[in-house]
Amino acid sequence: MAERKDTPEQAEFREHCRSWLAENKPAPPSFRLPISAIEVMTEEQRDYLASWQNKVYKAGLIGCDYPSEYGGGGHTNFQAVANQELQRAGVPYLLNIIGLNMAAPTILQHGTEEQKKRMLPPLLSCDEIWCQGFSEPGAGSDLANVQAPAVRDGDNWIINGHKVWTSLAHFATWMIMICRTSSDHKYNGLTYYIVPIADTLGVTVRPLIKITGETGFNEVLFEDVVVPDTLRLDEVGKGWTVAMTTLTYERGAAEGAGSGGGKGMDERLDELIALAKRMKRNGKPAWQDATVRDKIMQLSIRGEGLRQLGRRARVAALCDHPMRLPLQTKVLISEWLQDVAACAVEVEGAYASLYKGDERAPDGGDWPLAYMNSYGFTIAAGTNEVQRNILGERVLGMAKSK
Amino acid sequence: MAQPKNFGFDEEAQMVRDSARKFLRDNAGIESLRKLVAVDHVEAYESTTQPNYYDEKLWQQIVELGWTTLAVPEQIGGAGMSMVTLAALAEEVGSVALPSPLTSTLLATTVLREADGPGAKTALEAIVSGGPATLAITDESGSWDAADSGVAAKAQGSGATLNGTAYFVQDARKAASFVVSATADGGTALYVVAADAPGVTILPDRIVDLTRDQARVVFQDVEVAAGAVVAAAGKGEAAISRATPAMLTIVAADICGAAEWQLQTTNEYAQIRTQFDHPIGFFQAVKHPIVNMMIDIDRARSLVYTAACAIDTEPERAQWYARMAKSAASDAAAFCSGRSVQLHGGIGFTWECDVHIYFKRQKHNQMYLGDGSYQRARLAELADQAAA
Repeated sequence: MAERKDTPEQAEFREHCRSWLAENKPAPPSFRLPISAIEVMTEEQRDYLASWQNKVYKAGLIGCDYPSEYGGGGHTNFQAVANQELQRAGVPYLLNIIGLNMAAPTILQHGTEEQKKRMLPPLLSCDEIWCQGFSEPGAGSDLANVQAPAVRDGDNWIINGHKVWTSLAHFATWMIMICRTSSDHKYNGLTYYIVPIADTLGVTVRPLIKITGETGFNEVLFEDVVVPDTLRLDEVGKGWTVAMTTLTYERGAAEGAGSGGGKGMDERLDELIALAKRMKRNGKPAWQDATVRDKIMQLSIRGEGLRQLGRRARVAALCDHPMRLPLQTKVLISEWLQDVAACAVEVEGAYASLYKGDERAPDGGDWPLAYMNSYGFTIAAGTNEVQRNILGERVLGMAKSK
Repeated sequence: MAQPKNFGFDEEAQMVRDSARKFLRDNAGIESLRKLVAVDHVEAYESTTQPNYYDEKLWQQIVELGWTTLAVPEQIGGAGMSMVTLAALAEEVGSVALPSPLTSTLLATTVLREADGPGAKTALEAIVSGGPATLAITDESGSWDAADSGVAAKAQGSGATLNGTAYFVQDARKAASFVVSATADGGTALYVVAADAPGVTILPDRIVDLTRDQARVVFQDVEVAAGAVVAAAGKGEAAISRATPAMLTIVAADICGAAEWQLQTTNEYAQIRTQFDHPIGFFQAVKHPIVNMMIDIDRARSLVYTAACAIDTEPERAQWYARMAKSAASDAAAFCSGRSVQLHGGIGFTWECDVHIYFKRQKHNQMYLGDGSYQRARLAELADQAAA
């Protein structure tokens, strides 16, 4: 069935997405897949997910709105349809999410013709995986404090420094990276590069261990790494502006080159309710407990509110400020995920003590892990404290906090 | 059935909203509101009978603009507007905290249009000709359950005799007629009763909110003719239940409008009030709660439009979304009210500062028709029904 207000072209494309997904939905793997792409660690997980993304790309559900000369579908307003259908189909998530949602839109907006032609097709097809080198030990919330120096050397740049919290670096061919090219200006002293990091002389990728005890992201060390000037993105000194493009997409305030698949919000909530019906509290199913019901319904309302806020953001007459709703997305989704997991852990009661691997752990021990992992979302992409500063300053016009 | 992407907020809805916004901005700003309801705290709270503050001239203009007929079906002479239009209007009304029987009349209308007795049509026609109406459907315990009533109806010829008391009747002293629920043989019935009918006594409550009046309405041997039957015995509860999503949505929309005023007013203050050499909005302890007000409001507003759109296009989902909207709006009302006073500091705690007027209206609307946790308990029941 077509969605209301689909154009005839969109409706036809939606039909294509649905029938293709119905026919090509992959069998679940024999091994465990983590909750999201940024936690993918093993090669068998990577191979399974990369080959899935490649198939989805070939079916035309990724990069739909990107020009065909850069490997895209050359359509208009098809990506949102594809994303919806991928989400609905209950298929695996896309692996190259940093590429699709951050690198691709940044390169499309700021890259040279050669860069777009070289970088975008293998990004969309998942032949090359991407990671992001923004944070450093001394540059987290204060991102513009990035120190990793890039020094010009003829037609090349010599890069040093230390990047942290780098998801997918262990599988990545490329890193989008901001470096310091001048110490005279904080913001205007940054430059944006595309850096090859696989098998590159001077690059060391080391796994970091998360609070869950799992690996999941990395630190990347650069020692006199030579990068040709042709891999600089946009002008010298404009790195902050380019990084803002990346962050706009990272924070979900704009649509990237493809997304969807994995567990949706409804599915998580359904699992929480199912858990509450199974677990006992005071001798009765936890779901019968008024406090538990109230908490779960609050989460249900917040989840629906988030979904409808995304819908309202596209109706200009019902928005007061163009960035007021989009800039809330990151805060809302990350806190919702955290609170759903926190609620599940409470519902589990004594069983929340069990780590995955204990055969008596409910849902395979996923909820305590999801709860711990959820802090990744509230911290990453600019902590929610920084997001609230941005909302207060840019949308409400309050004085800039130091 | 899927909802339209724009919530059905079409050009007509936008025209109604924008003209309402302009009219209210020109005629009912904070200055006039303060002069109307908050000049004298002794008069407001300690008069023998609490004053019934509202601007009758402004009300007549509102009637002439046709706002009271927007929810009345076209075949009875109304404008038959979409629910999303009404929600947008209610938001504007809330944003100026308008003291008027408009909300009560809209709520009564939503019940009347769900009923099929001869009195329903008569009452709607009376609304079209300018008479404000209100619901008298709540019992002494303050129950929001459509089956509960403090009034009993005894069959009398083809009509009935009413005895008992309706409690927490909104804008009772402004209304020309009451839509009364009563327990009759065969279940809940609804009647329309003129405010000045013999045997009707209005006993004003003393209330906190300065932007409305509230009363007990006593019915002593009040005789209602067959033509005043809005819903026959056994049909009243269902009519109220069918109207409940619209009632919740209108009140939630009013809350959103008022909460936006609280947000903007508190934000302005945070930008002009200086302490420790900075405007207080510079400090995150002030900035972040103001941002959280905005987040709460935007959640509630998004759900209000969703609920309104569901009433218009997918009634089977209307109750679900409307209870979500009222829950989110009630919580936003509580949070925004608390922060609006707290973040104004010492001045915010005084009668002189306007935030108390909105604070009181919001606390009233927060509980009216059920607060956040009440709605969530009903939602959990709906989830159980859906799963069964």
